[in-house]
Amino acid sequence: MMQKQTLDIKQEEKKVWDLLAHITDPEVPVLTILDLGIVRAVNIAPHTLEIVITPTYSGCPAMDMIATNIRMELLAAGYQNIQITHVLSPAWTTDWMSESGKEKLKSYGIAPPNARQQVCNNDLFAPHEAVQCPLCNSYHTHRVSEFGSTACKALYQCDACKEPFDYFKCH
Amino acid sequence: MQQINFILSLADANLILSQRNAEWCGHGPVLEQDIAITNITLDLLGQARNFYQYAASLVNQSGNMPGNIATEDSLAYRRTEREFKNILLCELPKGDWAQTVLRQFFYSVFCKGLYTQLLQGQDAQLSAIAEKSLKEVLYHVRWSGEWVMRLGDGTAESNQRMKQALQFLWPYTGEMFMPAGFENNEIDLASIKKQWLSQVRSILEEATLQLPAGNIFMQSGGKKGIHTEHMGFLLAEMQYLQRMYPDANW
Repeated sequence: MMQKQTLDIKQEEKKVWDLLAHITDPEVPVLTILDLGIVRAVNIAPHTLEIVITPTYSGCPAMDMIATNIRMELLAAGYQNIQITHVLSPAWTTDWMSESGKEKLKSYGIAPPNARQQVCNNDLFAPHEAVQCPLCNSYHTHRVSEFGSTACKALYQCDACKEPFDYFKCH
Repeated sequence: MQQINFILSLADANLILSQRNAEWCGHGPVLEQDIAITNITLDLLGQARNFYQYAASLVNQSGNMPGNIATEDSLAYRRTEREFKNILLCELPKGDWAQTVLRQFFYSVFCKGLYTQLLQGQDAQLSAIAEKSLKEVLYHVRWSGEWVMRLGDGTAESNQRMKQALQFLWPYTGEMFMPAGFENNEIDLASIKKQWLSQVRSILEEATLQLPAGNIFMQSGGKKGIHTEHMGFLLAEMQYLQRMYPDANW
């Protein structure tokens, strides 16, 4: 009996994770919230379903919309008493982004984040990270601005093919 | 109550500075820097929201406002000038680009020291907010510090403007380190000040600027709700919609 219950919860949990895999980031629509590593836990209790999420940046305006979309997706699938909990610690890092997410970003034209331990140097006038151009794969690129169209991106330009591109900065 | 006031002082400082910096939106010197300052503004606003949400939950638990549920919005939009506890530095006019980047540098270096201490504190939620904010603050320190150097050690005019900004802002830096009585006892303002002075001095030197010397009178009062003449105008603009149409929503 106990074993069966555990199994049911496991199956139920997998169902919820599969549903969450449909929800995309409103600002970078090729990425799902699972690719980004925003969803930290799915907790199933007898009468409630709790989804634990963490923001990418404190002021990310997409977070409210993502929470709403999670609720809509689960309501449509017949779930009730959905609780969405925001946690801040441990703080989100680009190291949580899935490998498939990085691939998708690159083919979308956004350079994926470099691994954090290699870069993320906060010294003033530190040398810029070597970022690969997502279009021609050259490493001859330079940073135009550390801040881009959304909180998570920086602006780069390729010196080989001359195209400007977004870099999903390591954080 | 002390803890709530302490958290509110952090929320207010971030909110008021974000409101000020947002005045650059569409007016930055070049597009990339316009985007940079507004990104920083957005980070500050997000950090303010995290502090307000936590303060609101503590206010509601305390039962001090019966029948009146505190929310992040009620704390930001329904409090009066005397209830705001931000340091004066944050409410000063944005001035020119030199004044904006130097103020940001002073404030971000202070936040770096403060959040590093909060991170190790007993209050788990405060520590979580600090952990999240700190990652963003390190970007702000670098961006603003680079600008201070670039302008200080730049042309004759940029150097002159940086000197003026330094002279104007310096008397407002002391308040960051003056205790207001509500700081939680894990915070050691004296040690934050020491680290702050050391980093500020080294960047100013690189920027060929002199740390103001002598016994300069330091302005204070913000943490206790006594603000400069600029604060009322800022609040009037920021709170207008919620005052005019309470609970208006998107």
